[in-house]
Amino acid sequence: MKKLIDARGLTCPLPVIETRKALKTMTEGQLEIVVDNEIALQNLEKMAQQMSLDYRAITISEQEYRMDIFLSEAEGKTSEAQHRLERIEEGTIVVISSQYMGDGDPILGKILMKGFVYTLTELDHYPSKVLLYNSGVKLATAGSDSIGDLQKLAEQGVEILSCGTCLDFYQLTEKLQVGGVTNMYEIAQSTMGATRIIQP
Amino acid sequence: MEDPNFLVGFDHGDDGAVYKLTEDLALVQTLDFFPPMVEDPYVFGQIAAANALSDIYAMGGEPKTALNIVCFPDAMDLDILGQMLLGGHAKVTEAGAVLAGGHSITDVDVKYGLSVTGVVHPKKVLTNLGCKPGDVLILTKPLGVGIITTADRVGEASSRAMEEAIRSMTTLNKYAAEILQKFPLHACTDVTGFGFLGHLHEMLNQEVTAIIDSSQVPHIPEALAYAEEFLITAAAQRNRNHLRKFVDFKGGVPFNMEELLFDPQTSGGLLVSLPASYGEEVVTQLEALGLACGIVGHIVEKAEKEIVVE
Repeated sequence: MKKLIDARGLTCPLPVIETRKALKTMTEGQLEIVVDNEIALQNLEKMAQQMSLDYRAITISEQEYRMDIFLSEAEGKTSEAQHRLERIEEGTIVVISSQYMGDGDPILGKILMKGFVYTLTELDHYPSKVLLYNSGVKLATAGSDSIGDLQKLAEQGVEILSCGTCLDFYQLTEKLQVGGVTNMYEIAQSTMGATRIIQP
Repeated sequence: MEDPNFLVGFDHGDDGAVYKLTEDLALVQTLDFFPPMVEDPYVFGQIAAANALSDIYAMGGEPKTALNIVCFPDAMDLDILGQMLLGGHAKVTEAGAVLAGGHSITDVDVKYGLSVTGVVHPKKVLTNLGCKPGDVLILTKPLGVGIITTADRVGEASSRAMEEAIRSMTTLNKYAAEILQKFPLHACTDVTGFGFLGHLHEMLNQEVTAIIDSSQVPHIPEALAYAEEFLITAAAQRNRNHLRKFVDFKGGVPFNMEELLFDPQTSGGLLVSLPASYGEEVVTQLEALGLACGIVGHIVEKAEKEIVVE
């Protein structure tokens, strides 16, 4: 299978986006991308290097550059980035409504919750969102042991959202260290739209 | 013949021009304009003005007057123009300066910016040169607004990431400058189109070396995720091409961090170099302003590479 993308006239990052789209539909064969400037070719090369693709970059003229990507089914290479994208489960939302995990001793509850958030970072699949409300918002504010782990999740593309009313109530609005602020409408909408809700 | 009152020009890539009028008064002038990177015209006006005013703060000055520079298509709704100018006016007013007029022309695309004039004491001019071994480098705003606005243009940015980018871009560097001026700064610049590494390179002037701790670089978290999705810009690649010979990325610095450090910023933060003993106090005060900031590295004697990223 051979496929051609004419990305002349497109500005970065569109040539790269079009190429990534095409790559997702191909398992073998050759993909040729034509661009009209060297910078776009260099951005394609960076992508190909990061995805460990077999490629060749060719300068045809001052206004025409081409990259050929060779895919072989046997290798089945996917980049770490693509891999990561596939690791997000769109319909899955984690809802944390307390700083403690489970009923019982609060010290134990805190230790368990820290362990839970850490374990989320280690799983093969990530939720699309982590919603924090009531005392759960304390996990995302100054002094929490879970800031680093939540940050790690955010960097993997997981949305971390704390309830604004709750931050206000606990006077923690200024101390939020990771993720954004949300409201009841968004909480209700997200949970309604979720296919799976995980509550520790 | 060079005029002796012309104190700072563009030969070292400084942020603005400084001209001495009297022994205790100098003019600082700057100009910047560009096409929109956000959809809301009012917000774009705010960003364009915050960006133009920033050069005055980076020189240690105080803005006094500003003039609009506008390119606007004939066929476009004039309300958009009005909103844009209102946004610009709001930021000029917040800066304590006067919007004194401007000039507009018809063009195929929208572009907006300002020429800003400020004042500074000739002995208190801050330039981008003067980093000394033993200094720490402090950045007052998070990096990543270029990657995030690019991702937004292709519909891939989360609203949270965009809000944070806009909050950062519309924040005047005035407040950070007021804090920084209380300390003995060796060098100061603002991070804009050449990206963090580009503006750092201008500061170092191949006289000293900077060691950057990439784990400490303030950034908008989603920017790293988007860079990993290759939502990358042409401008960042141009910065990379220009700077690669000056930069040594140590093993373990991932690709997305490299992209973040090359990412062109609009209305970026101030980058300053000052003795290490003041570092923590400065950061504590800056943190109270509510934007991500931090000590991003330190200066050592000139080494083989001008910039080492760890």
